[in-house]
Amino acid sequence: MKHTIAVLVENEFGVLSRVVGLFSGRGFNIDSLTVAPTNDEALSRITLVTRGDEQIIEQITKQLNKLIDVIKVIDFEPENAIEREMVLVKVSAEDQSRAEVLRIADIFRAKVIDVTPKSYTLEATGAPAKVSAMVELLRPLGLKELVSTGPVVIGRGAKGWKG
Amino acid sequence: MKMNGARILLECLKREGVDTIFGYPGGTVINLYDELFSFKEIRHILPRHEQAGVHAADGYARATGKVGVAIATSGPGATNTITGIATAYMDSIPMVIVTGQVPTALIGNDAFQEADIIGITRPCTKHNFLVKDVKELPTIMKKAFYIARTGRPGPVLVDLPKDVQMAQAEFHYPETVEIRGYKPNLEGHPKQVEKAVTMITQAKRPVIYVGGGVILGNAAAELTAFAKRLAIPVTTTLMGLGAFPENDPQSLGLLGMHGTYYANMAVSNCDVLIAIGARFDDRVTGKIASFAPHAKIVHVDVDPTSIKKNVRVDLPIVGDVRDVLAKMLKAAEQVCPDAKVCQDAIAPWTAEIEGWKAKHPMSYKQSTTTIKPQYVIQRLRALSDPDAIVATDVGQHQMWTAQFFGFTTPRTLLSSGGLGTMGYGLPAAMGAQAAFPERQVMVVCGDGGFQMNLQELATIVQNRLNVKIVILNNNFLGMVRQWQELFFDKRYSSTCMELPIDFIKLAEAFGATGLQATKVDEVDEVIKKGFATNGPVLMEFKVAREEKVLPMVPAGASLTEMVLAS
Repeated sequence: MKHTIAVLVENEFGVLSRVVGLFSGRGFNIDSLTVAPTNDEALSRITLVTRGDEQIIEQITKQLNKLIDVIKVIDFEPENAIEREMVLVKVSAEDQSRAEVLRIADIFRAKVIDVTPKSYTLEATGAPAKVSAMVELLRPLGLKELVSTGPVVIGRGAKGWKG
Repeated sequence: MKMNGARILLECLKREGVDTIFGYPGGTVINLYDELFSFKEIRHILPRHEQAGVHAADGYARATGKVGVAIATSGPGATNTITGIATAYMDSIPMVIVTGQVPTALIGNDAFQEADIIGITRPCTKHNFLVKDVKELPTIMKKAFYIARTGRPGPVLVDLPKDVQMAQAEFHYPETVEIRGYKPNLEGHPKQVEKAVTMITQAKRPVIYVGGGVILGNAAAELTAFAKRLAIPVTTTLMGLGAFPENDPQSLGLLGMHGTYYANMAVSNCDVLIAIGARFDDRVTGKIASFAPHAKIVHVDVDPTSIKKNVRVDLPIVGDVRDVLAKMLKAAEQVCPDAKVCQDAIAPWTAEIEGWKAKHPMSYKQSTTTIKPQYVIQRLRALSDPDAIVATDVGQHQMWTAQFFGFTTPRTLLSSGGLGTMGYGLPAAMGAQAAFPERQVMVVCGDGGFQMNLQELATIVQNRLNVKIVILNNNFLGMVRQWQELFFDKRYSSTCMELPIDFIKLAEAFGATGLQATKVDEVDEVIKKGFATNGPVLMEFKVAREEKVLPMVPAGASLTEMVLAS
């Protein structure tokens, strides 16, 4: 089962490697990982997507909490959270496929951020499922390059999570 | 008052109550050693290898309960500490290791004797720090000691670049420390404790399974009081030996791979298993699927990650074992105002266990011709002081010590359990002897493990550390040989040591006394003489070469599938 986990950590050197080292050392998976400082500059927030059964996810959150530099860990429940990711995708676009690429971009509200006679580069943001649906439609047209941020996640409702 | 970083470090150690450190000088700690030269409040012991220095600090910590401190220089000095740090990490031993580092401006430049020790030790320390500014040093040291000794203890490494040691700063040692990401949960939840005690007092076949956490948490008295109140049988892991007196009728001794028949049977047949400060290591559980198959499991541990890591747990209690056990005793007194009623309720279970004890007691076949290693262990117990400290190395002799010595007091057994580090014993004994010059300290080792750190004979003699070294010499790497005998068709690949070493001459070369027993009737004489002789003594016992450690649960088998001593 896929889980999106947010980890609030001290914004210090070496912290990311503690988190990543924990995953590799204990054989946990990381599907994706993003990290950036928060509105409090002393803190960084890591969003990572991992997989495992209930026992493994429990171990992951406990082990993360055990790291001295980790301040808070939240394993988000999908119904109480909003997930977004961004992709930049460079796709072949020649002759008749040029229009098709634009149609798909339009449907998914993606932006064209670079154009050449042979390609379009699109920027799309949205829930991971939406973004991957767009990518799958573009794939047969000739995907030249794909770069994704991996998801970031925020809880629903008025209550903010400090940092 | 302004002082340099090196001096600040020593002042920090002094304020943490450190009286003895084990360290090895080198280029990037030369400033620290220069300060140490005139700093008389801390005793410095120079081992002959940094690994041994860390093991010595570990032995010191296990014997005293205080934080052990070791120092090494950068690069090879620092990398030599790794085995020692990993050993302490696996057994949750509180330590602070200070390593020198190349000057901050050179870090990352592949400077002479540079190693990324922060990166290397990340997975084998509880935490580590690189000090970049001398002004941060006191706070970092305060944090290092706080992290090392609180919660589930562990080693903390502080990497101290040479220029930071030389830089000047005002010294103020913080009174308290606040780490927002580190708040160990020490108080067991009262509701959980209540539920646990209800479950335990309703059990028909309860067993207490005690790990090293009870010793580290100084909770042996609370454990004993609780177990005695309800007359529940107690089995311990290797790390838990000494937490409950083994001469008590309720004691089941060791459990697991080389545990007693009755401990393994009791665990396999119990209906409630109360795990306290233990972590369900594979050497304890055997095949997980058939471990304690009929039991509800209560698990008390200060480290939440230990709970439900390897086995399902029905009732977790996160907290300091001492706090939780004290609360459990109180609750037991309320649930069971008349202790006898509760004790009688499990009398049939106790009788069943007595039956197992009578059927297969711990035993070995005595010989009149060759010295049995188990016999040496029993004679060591009989002829040593009750509060003697025993360090072991790793292997057969370690298991025989665990099985036959009969530990009754916490912190009297120093042994590398989790990592299983050969070479640990001699330096660990050295550290314990430095802490307790008046107590008997012995190390039991095999001829293999002894050779892994035998250079420490020099440290022991030089510092007049009165360590008694017991070598059970079978001229084999005995534990591996045993596995080869049982599971590899007696193909003794690289386990015969072949070259016979003259250990007596070796001891004498270092200025220690060497004694040897080759016959059964020489055993007592050698032990008596060894303990009576002032100063370090090496006692070599030529033991039966192919003796096996039994009972044995083959790796991956269930605890009930024991190979028993015939």
